[in-house]
Amino acid sequence: MNTESTGTPGLAPEPRPITATHPMLWSVKRELWENFSITLAPLTVAGLVLFAFLISAMQLADKIRDVLLLDPAKQAAALDKMFGFAAIPIILTSVIVAVFYCLDALHGERRDRSILFWKSLPVSDVTTVLAKVTIPMAVLPLVAFVVAVVMQFVMLVLSSMILMANGVAPGILWTQWPILSQSLVLLYGLVTLALWYAPIYGWMLLVSGWARRATFLWAVLPPVAVAIFEKIAFGTAYFAALMKYRLQGSFKEAFIVDDPHLVSVDLAHLDPVRFLSSTGLWTGLAFAAACIAAAIWLRRYREPL
Amino acid sequence: MPCIEARGLRKAYGNTIALDGVDLKVDEGRILGLIGPNGAGKTTALNAILGLAPYQGELKVLGRDPWTERERLMRDVCFIADVAVLPRWLRVSQALDYVAGVHPRFDRARAEGFLAKTAIKRKSRVRELSKGMVAQLHLALVMAIDARLLVLDEPTLGLDILYRKQFYDTLLNDYFDNSRTIVVTTHQVEEIQHILTDLMFINRGRIVLDCSMEEFESRYTEVMVLPEHAAAARALNPIHERQVFGRSILLFDRADRQQLAALGEVRTPGIADLFVAVMGNQAGAPETATQGAAK
Repeated sequence: MNTESTGTPGLAPEPRPITATHPMLWSVKRELWENFSITLAPLTVAGLVLFAFLISAMQLADKIRDVLLLDPAKQAAALDKMFGFAAIPIILTSVIVAVFYCLDALHGERRDRSILFWKSLPVSDVTTVLAKVTIPMAVLPLVAFVVAVVMQFVMLVLSSMILMANGVAPGILWTQWPILSQSLVLLYGLVTLALWYAPIYGWMLLVSGWARRATFLWAVLPPVAVAIFEKIAFGTAYFAALMKYRLQGSFKEAFIVDDPHLVSVDLAHLDPVRFLSSTGLWTGLAFAAACIAAAIWLRRYREPL
Repeated sequence: MPCIEARGLRKAYGNTIALDGVDLKVDEGRILGLIGPNGAGKTTALNAILGLAPYQGELKVLGRDPWTERERLMRDVCFIADVAVLPRWLRVSQALDYVAGVHPRFDRARAEGFLAKTAIKRKSRVRELSKGMVAQLHLALVMAIDARLLVLDEPTLGLDILYRKQFYDTLLNDYFDNSRTIVVTTHQVEEIQHILTDLMFINRGRIVLDCSMEEFESRYTEVMVLPEHAAAARALNPIHERQVFGRSILLFDRADRQQLAALGEVRTPGIADLFVAVMGNQAGAPETATQGAAK
């Protein structure tokens, strides 16, 4: 052994270089590396929608001629059905992807034992879990927004070209369905949906951090069991109604739906005040916060494997 | 300040006692081999040291309580908990980026230097690497971290002998210095004998042997006894006897080497032989034999 350089026990070690770190940023990047496909899924759906739209575009000129005959108030709604609704499959995809992401987020690292690697680095469990929360709450809505808006823009440009080729003026597409303000509507819808679904994502994250296997069953069966129990024991369906409200309530709380048959929306239909003052939003967020706190606690204090 | 200090460390899983009052002290600049049979409590002890599992008793690692101060501790402590815990989807370049992004004491150039000596490509994913290369990658990452304590729990399990030898040689030549401390557990004890400074045997949650390697070498003697001297040698209270090619090999604790030399060929035993002797005695008469071998 080297005796000259023997460090004296008890003395403070000499200062060592410390480089600046950004654990949160890198933790989110890490999630994107592992789950790159979450960005591909909305893209694939957008491609499918565009393809289907191209097939339907043969009759586009006729359809627009019909729209031109409507009164201006209904023109916007008719166009929204063509262009606005195209975003719905993308939103649905991003929600489904978010659910499956959450179910695996804290389970996969235990299944493949890589949690032992992540935990060997100075990244706190709070940072790790919150980084995973940002995926369904921020990253996926943002991806869905960008993909949907680009897709809608492409649809509008293609439509304009088809209309011009058929001798119809394309201006109506851009004036009656203004893409800029309609994308604000979409963004608002995505943000409110993410906030509304936060308790679902939080619950799924908690289950993925807790269950040793079959995370999907553990996440879905208990609520179903509670609903069935309530129905048999008390003959009521409050819990089932609560679940239904959680699954479907976002649109009702965040938008003014004056005519149930007219589901197309524009800027005038946004109702952020009602959304922000709805009890459902805040009880949901409180439940989400409790689930996330429990998931952090589990990752920190339960033995990793 | 000792690097690790534990007093009365206990841990039970239901009725199974994993750690039964362990006392241990590891000074800075030591390389400790923690050896024990499966289920002896090695991993439980290491998990307590790394703040991965709760425990009863007193434990300080670099002066901190690993359970309550885990995050702070992980800046100065590094560990390889097992072979193949690197996620399979991770690319080598991503591993470097990530550790550089989160670890204040990671020297990326150093890690790149270690990797340059291997056949590992930057673009490869962990799943495309052989088991030996994954171990090389993990070691390169860990050695580029300027940690004060490195814990290795079976870091070479399942690797072929070339990788195993290279693993420990690299660790000793390119990483270890007297300000660092290494704790290693392995079943391939013979291969780490030459790098250890301290040795600890653990069995059934208790430390049954705790000595420095100098002490080990001066204390234990192995004699290959000629048949005619066998009875005389047995009279000197060997702690273990085994037969090899018809000759008896007797292991002595604190015996007079001069006296033994007269009976046959004298040498320092391998850790594995002492391990078998100590554990074998444990199995036969657990309580009394513990007294004999414990420090």
